[in-house]
Amino acid sequence: MQENKVLPQPHLLSWVQETSGQPVSRCYQCYKCTGGCPVASFMDILPHQIVRCLHLGLEDELLKSKSIWLCASCHTCKARCPNGIDIASINDVLKAKVISRGLVPASSTIATFHREFLASVEKYGRAHELGLVMAYKWKTRDYWKDLSLGVKMFRKGKFRLWPDRIQNKEQLRSIFKRARGEA
Amino acid sequence: MFFGYYPGCSLHSTAAEYDASTRALFEALNIPLKEIPDWNCCGATSGHSLNTYLCHSLSLRNMVLAEGVASHLVVPCAACYNALRSTQAFLKSGTKEAKKLQEDIKLSIGQEYKGMLEVHHLLEVLGTPDILSLIKEKQKVSLAGLKPAAYYGCLLTRPPKVVNFEADAEQPQLMDRLLKALGAEPVSWSHKTECCGASLSIPAPEIVEELVKKIVQAAVRAGANLLVTACPLCQTNLDSRQPEDYKLPVLYISEILALALGISAPWLNKHLIDPSPVLKSCNF
Repeated sequence: MQENKVLPQPHLLSWVQETSGQPVSRCYQCYKCTGGCPVASFMDILPHQIVRCLHLGLEDELLKSKSIWLCASCHTCKARCPNGIDIASINDVLKAKVISRGLVPASSTIATFHREFLASVEKYGRAHELGLVMAYKWKTRDYWKDLSLGVKMFRKGKFRLWPDRIQNKEQLRSIFKRARGEA
Repeated sequence: MFFGYYPGCSLHSTAAEYDASTRALFEALNIPLKEIPDWNCCGATSGHSLNTYLCHSLSLRNMVLAEGVASHLVVPCAACYNALRSTQAFLKSGTKEAKKLQEDIKLSIGQEYKGMLEVHHLLEVLGTPDILSLIKEKQKVSLAGLKPAAYYGCLLTRPPKVVNFEADAEQPQLMDRLLKALGAEPVSWSHKTECCGASLSIPAPEIVEELVKKIVQAAVRAGANLLVTACPLCQTNLDSRQPEDYKLPVLYISEILALALGISAPWLNKHLIDPSPVLKSCNF
């Protein structure tokens, strides 16, 4: 529990509102988001609590939470929120903040998957499913989980062995550079 | 009439059967599909999770390229469709960032987005009155006996104002109407828009198994003998992560329609759960 010396810190709230475009301060804690969230039972901070933490400026708690990574971006919260708040979009800007600050993501497996996915897109222009799964397994040293499923899918010809590449690599390089703020 | 076509990465790999059946279907309907030249990945969940701006940039390049091909674009993948529609909504917002995105893409690819492109999901196109009556005209086989549970998932229906897929995001009907029009008896069920867990399938399979179990149980409880999807990731998760004792086949909507049109379907053997016992019991 937080001690009562916690005071609302408006800078986090206004930063999230601005970058995610979500009207976070409208929330009146009706819990509808948590009621409909398919992954709520796996979360450490529930969806309505994520919004409450923003109101209270509990930045560390949010950046260290697994919930922001577990969110499947299904947007059920957004569809049902009486105030139109999309918690998936809030979680996106919080994840980006974890990465940009160089903090350790609370779910290293999910963060590694996202990184490997984007590395594949940056390299080829298209995601190479087999390659990115192998890179993910290598990075997380998780070689055995899903091995038999992988073999079954391979036998069914589900995987493309070699990556599909786009022609115009220069355009892609420029897009990635600008999105990282390097250009 | 012709459409631009954006298959997306999965349709060139784990969902090759979705691509093949969609192309075969449009060929049978005599509606040309023109694939966007040199399209790139939409970034999917990983893109917006780590860098929303990157995700919009990737989609905008595709939109510029698509605009050069046709004014109407068909997208079979729910994630690609959602990404394109989100970028359109972002541009429409007219914010400073949206204007910067337009400028940046012009600098990166030397072309500008004119804003004339209409993005449709495959289901929306198939459900238009003209195309539906064309499908009915060309139907050779009735779908009687099939009791599909139409599964829409998340990205087709949400966020409602962005995708604008159907009036009631909680109770979509388009796929049900298509199936019913061809003689199938789609079941009324509870989980048509519940999430399958999407890309968590690789880094957190235990979550996806739990979600998929609930969806499959709900479909069986409602009396379905088949699940029908319109998203490559939903199909892969439902096909590969359902509890072993259910063996409920999961087909793409394009595969079902191809069956109704009497198109030979070599792709049906690509599924992990063999759909042939169910299809045979319904005289296919």
